[in-house]
Order: sequence, then structure tokens, then C-alpha cells
Amino acid sequence: MSCDVELHNVRVSYDAFCALEGIDLCIQHGEALGIVGPNGSGKSTLLKTIAGLLRPERGTICVFGTEPRRLPRGTIAYVPQVEAVDWGFPATVSDVVAMGRFSHLPWWRRFGPTDRALVDEAIDAVGMTPMAGRHIAELSGGQQQRAFIARALAQQPRLLLLDEPTTGVDAATEEALRLVVRGVVGRGTPVLMTTHDLERVDEWFDRLMVLDRRTLALGTPDEVAASGAYSAIREHTHTHGHLRVDHDPHEGHEAHPEVRV
Amino acid sequence: MIHALLAPFAYAFMQRALVAACIVGILCSMMGTYVVLRKLAFIGDGLAHASFAGIVIAYLRNIDYQLGAAVVAVLTALGIGFVHRKGKVSLDTSIGVLFTAAFALGIFLMSRQTRYTLDLQSFLFGDILSVTRGDLIFIVVVSAAVFIAAMLAFRDMLFASFDPVVAEAAGLPVKWLDYGLLVALALTIVVSLQSVGIVLVAALLVTPAAAAYQLAKRFTPMLLLSAAFGVTSTVGGLYASYFLGSSSGATIVLVATLLFFIAVALKRLRPA
Repeated sequence: MSCDVELHNVRVSYDAFCALEGIDLCIQHGEALGIVGPNGSGKSTLLKTIAGLLRPERGTICVFGTEPRRLPRGTIAYVPQVEAVDWGFPATVSDVVAMGRFSHLPWWRRFGPTDRALVDEAIDAVGMTPMAGRHIAELSGGQQQRAFIARALAQQPRLLLLDEPTTGVDAATEEALRLVVRGVVGRGTPVLMTTHDLERVDEWFDRLMVLDRRTLALGTPDEVAASGAYSAIREHTHTHGHLRVDHDPHEGHEAHPEVRV
Repeated sequence: MIHALLAPFAYAFMQRALVAACIVGILCSMMGTYVVLRKLAFIGDGLAHASFAGIVIAYLRNIDYQLGAAVVAVLTALGIGFVHRKGKVSLDTSIGVLFTAAFALGIFLMSRQTRYTLDLQSFLFGDILSVTRGDLIFIVVVSAAVFIAAMLAFRDMLFASFDPVVAEAAGLPVKWLDYGLLVALALTIVVSLQSVGIVLVAALLVTPAAAAYQLAKRFTPMLLLSAAFGVTSTVGGLYASYFLGSSSGATIVLVATLLFFIAVALKRLRPA
């Protein structure tokens, strides 16, 4: 079976720092892949590279049979871990989610009732309907995250990339997000999602990738658990006393705006 | 009473100045929303100073100074974008390096001149009352082009201004939108030079939009409010300068500044 997303021997570097090495991956239609690994393991870098925001130094990436940067508009929706936007920007939740439709609207097409309906539907899917008219600065961190996920849903992408969407959200929101992700996957859209949370991975994902600059394990959650590959990560997080590890300098490096292509 | 108020516009030069003031006020303040939201306040100043080199070159070569200003401003805008992306330096550093270079080139070329007939004063501070019919045609044509381009790219520019990384992942041509915005700003500045001058044009790009930013919760209202502040500043300033016998450019900028502080005060007074 052919792959929707295919990486072959991919290496990504920031100047002298090698963030990813020898990555091979095949994501099939309607598959949810969870990516776990310690901070600085290259999880965000992997998503950014598949999104076409970073160019691999070596190896090939094919998304729906072509390079990410040559895909038609609106193919990929990417939700970064930390949105580096200006929270004072004059936009409501509804305005932000509407941007998800923009990639499908060339200048001669107007924002029509279908677009409006998709925006409302996406806002509803993340449980933000009561907040739709609020300015983005008036939202909590978790609500902001949900607004950006709604924007990705409104885009109706063929590939969805989520970077740590569950960080800092409460249990109810997390469950709502899980249902959203499973719904997207159920419609055939592959989803790649990074997470620090190793609980219930089998309910979120079809397959799991354990990453630490290289692929440590790749398989169903059960297979990966049996391989013992992420017991290392489990221990790593447990020695820090919690599951979600604090920021480490490499993550900051990844978020550096100057390294964009 | 009405007669006395309309009196200034009995003169053809005042009518032309009024049209120029309206166009420049609207164009600058609408483009200014992107300047304020993308935190590019420095660029208005930079491109205006850079265009000075174009004015001097045009003068020495005996060609139209607006053409010279436009070419140099656009080239500097593209250079700023290029140095920012390829040199991996921040945008404000890139602006700082290139605009001073272009301005210095203008001074250098002028300092080697012995015949000194270039009226520097009018370029530095603007003279909206000297707008000729030809100038007005230039202003109308270039403004219309910038305005149409901005309307066509409206949604993409909005998304790319708010969240460039996600917009790029979604396949929007963020790099070309950035270059396009710089070129549009360069042309906006050249169109406005005669009205407000090199030194003060940056104010028209920043102040009305900054005032609108205080009051608007959504993008389109901010754009419209900014245009309203802009045109009030240029037309109000022109009108006031007629009665006060003051410099039109300076009066326009002072009116814009007054509106800005009123907007700040209104925001503070308004319940959260």
C-alpha cells in the first residue's frame, strides 16, 4: 500500500546541530501516528519538516507523492506547540478560525455560507461556540489552543500535524481533542501528533514513534510498549517527578525564528 | 460663514491639494495597519529616507524625480527583504543598514554637486500646495495600483500577518507576500512624499493605524477606522495649515498625533 506521507533517510540540521538523523517513515491513509520522546528529541522539527517549513539536509520527503512545498494550497494544516502570534491582534476566535478557510479561497472567491458553516462547525467541535465572539486575548491558554485546532479543522486539510496539543489543557478538553482527532482520522485524514503524555496512547493513536533524534521504536502502542523503547522516556520523565518535562535549550533552538527556510 | 470656510478651495492648487490629501491619507493609513500589526514602524522612515537617493539621482540625470524615488525605494524594499531572509538578520537591522546606505548615497551624490538648485526643503518636509496636475495623475495611478493589489491579496496578507508560520504550512506564498508588502509600502511612501515629505511620511504610516489599533477589536474595523483617522489628519491638517499659515506636512502629522492621543484616552476611559 502506498504512503500518504513518506520519509526516506531524512536528516535535518540547524547549522552545526543535527536535530534528526536517518528518519524513515510511512504514514498511510487514515492513520494516527503519535510521536513521543524527550525534549530536544526533534519531535517539533519532524512536524515542521513534513509541513515544508524546514528543508531536510539529506533524504527525501513525499507528501501525497510530492515535496511538501509543492503541494496545492490548504493540503497541510499545522498547529504549532506555542503560537508565536501577537495576542493584541484585532481578531476574535471566529476570525482566527475563518483563516483556516483562506487557503481554499483565491481572491476571486468570496467567503461564502459554506465557509461560514465550516467555521462554525469547527468551533463547535472544540467546544468553543460560547467564546466565538471573544477577542483572542480574552482566552485562557487552553482555549487559545482549541481555537487554533479549530482553525486547522476548518481548513479541512488532507494531512493534520499537531504539536503537543494536549499540553496545558484540562482532562475534559483533552478528551474532546481526542474525539476530534479520532473523527478526523475516521474520515481518512492522516494525523501526526507529538505528545509528552504517555497515558492512553492506545486510545489516541494507531501507531507510535519513539524519537530521540533517531527512531528508537515504531509500531503499534502495544508493540512499542513491549519493545521497552519508551521505558527509557518514562524513566526520564519520572525522574523529573512529572510526565511533562520542562523546556530544554534545544526546544528553544527549534522555535528560533531565524532558522525558517 | 460657510463661504469663508470654503474659501480656500476656490484656488485650483488647494483643490489639487485636497484630492492629494484624501488619497494619501487613506492609502497610508490602510497600509499602515499592516505596518503596525507586523511591527514595522521603522520601515516608513527607512524607505522614505532611501528614496532621497532616487530623488538626487533623478535630479542629476534630469529625469522625473518621482520615478527616481519610486525605483530606489522599491529596490531598497526588495534589498531589505533579501538581506533579512538570506543574511538571517532581523528585519529592523536589515532596514537600519540599507536605508542609511541609500540615504548616504543621496547625500554623497549631492555633496559632489556644485550647482545647487535642488529644493531640499520641499522634499524633506513636503509641500502639498505645490502638487501639479501631473503629480496628481501619478498619485492617483500608483495609489489605485497599490489599493487593488492590497484588496486582491487581502485574505492571504491578513493570515500571513497574523500567523506566518501556519500560513506557510497551509501553502500560502508567505515569502512573496512579504516582498509584495515591502514594495507596496515603498510605492505608498513615494506617493506621499510630496504631501508630507521624507521626514514626516513615517508618521502617516504609523500614527492613524496605531490610533485605530487602540479602539478596534477586529481587523476590518481597524482598517476602516485607520482610514478615517488618516483622511481626517491629512484633510484637517491641510485645512488648518491654510488658516494658520503653517507647514502643511507638519500640521497633518500633528493632527494625526492628536487623534492618536484621543484614541488612547478613549481606550482608557472605556470599561474593559
